[in-house]
Amino acid sequence: MSGLVDTEPAVDRSQEIELSENSRKGTGPVGSVYTWLDERLGLGEIVALARHKRIPAHSQSFWYYWGGISLFLFLIQIVTGILLLVYYRPGAEAFESVRQITYVMHFGWLIRSAHSWCANLFMFSILVHMFSVYFMKAYRKPREVGWLTGIALLFLGAMFGFSGYLLPMDELSYYATKVGLQIPASIPFLGAFTTTILRGGPEVSDFTVQRFFALHVVILPLLFLPLLGLHLYLVQKHGNAVPPSEEAKPLAVRKSIPFFPNFFQKDLAMWLISLNVLALLASVFPWDLGKQADSLVPAPAGIHPEWYFMAPFHMLKILGNLLPGASGEVVGILLFTIGLALWVVIPFYDGENSTGSRGRNAHYFGLFAVTALIVTTALGYWGIR
Amino acid sequence: MSDFPVIIETPVPTDTESTPTRRAFLGIATAAGLCYAGAIGYPVYRYLASPAEMAASETAVTEVTLDKAQDLPLASALMFKFGSSPAMLIHGADDSWVAFSAVCTHLGCTVKFEPELNRIHCSCHGGTYDPHTGKNVSGPPPKPLKAYKVNVGATNVVVSRA
Repeated sequence: MSGLVDTEPAVDRSQEIELSENSRKGTGPVGSVYTWLDERLGLGEIVALARHKRIPAHSQSFWYYWGGISLFLFLIQIVTGILLLVYYRPGAEAFESVRQITYVMHFGWLIRSAHSWCANLFMFSILVHMFSVYFMKAYRKPREVGWLTGIALLFLGAMFGFSGYLLPMDELSYYATKVGLQIPASIPFLGAFTTTILRGGPEVSDFTVQRFFALHVVILPLLFLPLLGLHLYLVQKHGNAVPPSEEAKPLAVRKSIPFFPNFFQKDLAMWLISLNVLALLASVFPWDLGKQADSLVPAPAGIHPEWYFMAPFHMLKILGNLLPGASGEVVGILLFTIGLALWVVIPFYDGENSTGSRGRNAHYFGLFAVTALIVTTALGYWGIR
Repeated sequence: MSDFPVIIETPVPTDTESTPTRRAFLGIATAAGLCYAGAIGYPVYRYLASPAEMAASETAVTEVTLDKAQDLPLASALMFKFGSSPAMLIHGADDSWVAFSAVCTHLGCTVKFEPELNRIHCSCHGGTYDPHTGKNVSGPPPKPLKAYKVNVGATNVVVSRA
């Protein structure tokens, strides 16, 4: 946004100054409480920030909502997660406690269902957010760190999903975790070690549930929250990026709307829609609780990882079939890691505000990635039909 | 933070012309907000209150059957749960049978039968009760222990609300 002027036209500014003067001259009890707080907390600066923040308006503006939707869904995860924590017991009693939550506690089924559905919506929403950032080239200078923290948050989100999936300890979660641990197991050299440490032994057991629980409710939140703070700070600092097509236009014809209240209202509307979608899914399609996991009972048919792990899982499977023995898995994980690494470092390859060949290559790489993810996910589900 | 030069909307409504619609909107928004708060708050409240409700249904218990309790030795007590709260069955040295709530009437600690001192004692603040009647004898307890009816059978002891 280096080409943009950092001031607004005089006409608008005068109006805003007038507004803020009015609200600060507060009289009566509300006014004096505001003054008391403002003198101590500097509320005026936040108010001024909210007044001056503007959001670009163009044909691609719709994609700006997805970060906010992801944030909202994450907040729901915190609330429903804390509620589940009230009755959940990790370790040997894990299944029994989830059974109790689902069938004994009033509305426990709803809270668990909301948590599970919201986890899926959250993953979907941050994937949409990531791809929209990618194709709008919002990772370019000076937003590289925003991109990197976003990727880290996606990775942590996936870890949240993986660790949370095991916690009910029913048949499906037990076998999905067993199978899912094949991905870290295929890391060259360190695979066996990493998997044993993650699993807390040679087999998925009560120990695994206990440490996945620690991961899910303590370690991951401790990593996630500061990163999220940095991510949001950077969004605030750099403002919304505009896509190259918009950036090519002269400043005079670019449009924007005030963040407060115009964009904020739309944000709230999106949150409300998300809440309604979640409420509908959670109540009409309550999340299932299977039979208690038992390693002596043969795996039921159609065991598969959650949809957001399906693509890497299936890529490994394809390469495992193409290449002989264990080498297929190793090559698979290497290829996948290289692809992921390229994806992560894209701001350093396509960092200029230009529409040159690097910009085009990054665009094609993005299209390739989306296609590969969708095709392998579809193939994965086709295979377990 | 970057700003953008062209303004397409200004957030300043002119009060006079928008007052009726704004009032209507605020009314609807408040009503909808309350509906949402209720739709979320009610399940969350019931969820958190579940154990309390379960305990409440347990206090509806009127009778507890203690299998093989008729074999309780003389001058000893059996602790058991009457509904959700602790209770004690005492087989006195004189072959008498009594049962009391084991919840101290002072601050709710669980009390203990001490046959050698012929008393029921609460270690929290030193309150004592008479082991035959449950009457508060010394210390801070304001009331006697609640007594239950005891019916000693051939294979069990039935304790019921007096």
